Amino acid sequence: MHYTLCDMIADITQNGIEAGAAKVCVELTETEKTLTVYVRDNGKGMSPETLKKVQDPFYTDGVKHPNRKVGLGIPFLIQTISETGGSWNISSELGKGTTVYMQFDLTNIDTPPVGDVPGLFRQVLLLQNTVPGYEMEISRKKETPSETLDYSILRSELVDALGDLENGKSLALLGDFLNSQETAD
Amino acid sequence: MAKMSLEELRKLRSNVKSDLTRRDTDGKSIQIIVGMGTCGIAAGAKETLDAFIKILDEKKLADNAIIRQTGCMGMCANEPTVEVIVPDMPKVIYGNVKADVVQTIVNDHIIGKKLLDNLILDRPSIDITK
Repeated sequence: MHYTLCDMIADITQNGIEAGAAKVCVELTETEKTLTVYVRDNGKGMSPETLKKVQDPFYTDGVKHPNRKVGLGIPFLIQTISETGGSWNISSELGKGTTVYMQFDLTNIDTPPVGDVPGLFRQVLLLQNTVPGYEMEISRKKETPSETLDYSILRSELVDALGDLENGKSLALLGDFLNSQETAD
Repeated sequence: MAKMSLEELRKLRSNVKSDLTRRDTDGKSIQIIVGMGTCGIAAGAKETLDAFIKILDEKKLADNAIIRQTGCMGMCANEPTVEVIVPDMPKVIYGNVKADVVQTIVNDHIIGKKLLDNLILDRPSIDITK
């Protein structure tokens, strides 16, 4: 099956964009034992009642799919973390935004694999957002005995360097660029 | 691979662009739209997306292609789904497009201009597609 931690992070990041955020921040910090992720958005936020509802399957705001029940991203996340000794928290304020915090225990045998981190970054950078001045900031840190990484990326800088991100060639080059960032200095 | 800087990325992009502007390819681009809702991702749509980018680049078609993600197209049982829009061909939604099928789509549909009948999905779900 294809469900990696990166897939879950992509799912949650999509929520941030759908909340109409002008800025979405994705922060990954990895050690040998843990992967800690923050996904922050300054979109429309949730009331305490909504925040409670989104933790259950099939809750969605009805905008994306008016006649269908989806809404599984957060429940899957909570289930996975609960079963693998991780921790999570979602804080949100109506009109201000939402922060989703996840920490995965990489030593737990049931934790899904981390997955393709540069691929995740490319995937979320490609997500469309019509909010004017939209920006995405990605921050990646890794600290293990064999490897140290610390870099950040701004979507606006990539658009500046590549032009249209949906162009096939831009995406191919973006893939190369992102893969190269995973090289230690 | 050495760490690429933004400046190097910019240079690489403009090198390829200048080759293409000489050719008049306005309105003749290939469009690939990959369904990437939760169902799509669980079925491997991200690998499908990566495969399209890689194979189109290998065939030197990438600069002429637009690649997008969309949400769930409503055919969750047949994910990954991909809409393929190629000049002079009907618009088609293919289902069950695992990463290994992408090569066939590029060779036969995009380059060979031949429909892959056994992969076409019948009708998109009209309540969520226009």
